[in-house]
Amino acid sequence: MREERVTSEHGLFLFDNVRVVVETKVENGPFCEKTLLDVNIRLPEKSISIVVGPSGSGKTTLLRLCNCLSVPTSGRVLFRGVPLAKLNPLHHRRQVGWVPQRMVPFPGTVRDNLLVAQPEGTDPNFAVLLERCALDPNCLDRVADALSGGELQRLVLCRALATQPEVLLLDEPTSALDPVRRDVIEHTLRTFVAEGGAGVWVTHDFAQARRMGDFLVALVEGRCVFHGAPEAFFALAGGEMESGKDLGSQAAARFLTEKNLTE
Amino acid sequence: MSGEVSVLGLVISLLFVVLPVVLSFVHRLALARSVLGAVIRALVQLTAAGALLVFVFESDTSLLWSWVWGGGMILFAAYTVYRRAPEVPGMFFIGLRAFTFAAIVTWGVLFGFAIVEISPMTIVPLTGMMIGNSLNALVLVARAAAEGVRENRDEIEARLALGLSSVDAARPVLRRALRTGLTPQIETLRALGVVYLPGAMTGLILAGMSPFSAVRMQLVIMYMVLGATCTNVTVAGIGVIRKSFTTDHRLAPHIFR
Repeated sequence: MREERVTSEHGLFLFDNVRVVVETKVENGPFCEKTLLDVNIRLPEKSISIVVGPSGSGKTTLLRLCNCLSVPTSGRVLFRGVPLAKLNPLHHRRQVGWVPQRMVPFPGTVRDNLLVAQPEGTDPNFAVLLERCALDPNCLDRVADALSGGELQRLVLCRALATQPEVLLLDEPTSALDPVRRDVIEHTLRTFVAEGGAGVWVTHDFAQARRMGDFLVALVEGRCVFHGAPEAFFALAGGEMESGKDLGSQAAARFLTEKNLTE
Repeated sequence: MSGEVSVLGLVISLLFVVLPVVLSFVHRLALARSVLGAVIRALVQLTAAGALLVFVFESDTSLLWSWVWGGGMILFAAYTVYRRAPEVPGMFFIGLRAFTFAAIVTWGVLFGFAIVEISPMTIVPLTGMMIGNSLNALVLVARAAAEGVRENRDEIEARLALGLSSVDAARPVLRRALRTGLTPQIETLRALGVVYLPGAMTGLILAGMSPFSAVRMQLVIMYMVLGATCTNVTVAGIGVIRKSFTTDHRLAPHIFR
């Protein structure tokens, strides 16, 4: 099966009719929450795919599908042409690094944190990694719990890079950073992609989306309302709505204008 | 025997029960009814157990009945832990498996190494001691493991995302849970003989056994309880952790509810 991988054709991740239904228990019986509804997207290889959408629109679920922390209720997700259900999740997750929204340090020092990701790693290796993520390479002995929010965010990125992944899944990785450090992270990801990697980046920051994105996905209430070139998305949002545009694009534009009004 | 209590003596000992009843009336605790209920319940249950013991101790009763009793205690213990920790999914079977393993270890060492001889008088009470003294620890560990997974799910998922297996990802949680369950047991062992004289030893002394023989038996029991507790908390802890994950190394959906 693996020989069949034709990366350019299959894309990086292919979402094939993906639906995710989460059952939550509420007082009067079970309640079904649809976090993703009939999503059909192909994320391209060797580029940065941006995912935007209001809170609760399914962005995080989309990322979690990519590293098998969640599975679709129906439909399937393919990684380079191979259904994720057929891959060994442990191996797959080392290829696909994840920087989650709620970041937690592991107990111990910065070094202990990196050793979880790379048990055979050495201090010089780790120092290089830390520098890549704009962290002080001499901070290996610091207690991870005592890091600031921004430092922790970078440590988590560092931890994800320590497995030497081919893809990075980022869930608002720069939300706690000042512009200078944010630029460093953006630069890190750009270098990562230039060296053959790919990224899926969830963000609320449209300026960042415009800066970073090679491809853009917009989600509203679990539905994909736009996927394609970011320029097209921002052109739509700029008010160039013509009659005859498909409903998805209109919804995306509406969503974007609403977001601009509220934020 | 010096420690024997006559029926009259038992009746007079009910005077002790008068105290909580009076206390309940004086302070309006409304507990008199439940105190009396509990007292009668204890009387009936123990008498029934005594009658059954007389039956299994009779020389022409098959030893099989003692093993059946032991098995019955394990079943009931599993039901008890299920009742006490209903929020832990699959608690009955986790408990059943844990107590079964603990019983195999206990019986294996006690009888396999001929520390005591196989007889109804050893099988039934020792199995009872083993279960009674390790049950709390099991509930404690199962709860701590279940809560630990829930509370640390972000940390666990971060480990899973780095390619760790579910067992490895949950290891810190399991470790904390096991410590929680075993610490009280170790404390008890430390206090032994200084703070209190345990029930079994007291019983043996009352029944006329020499203190050193009673001490030897008590120590065997305490070590057995420690070993059994270790076994059953480990089996239960791993059981709860396993239930918290899917086979493809994700957290089970119930963790997110």
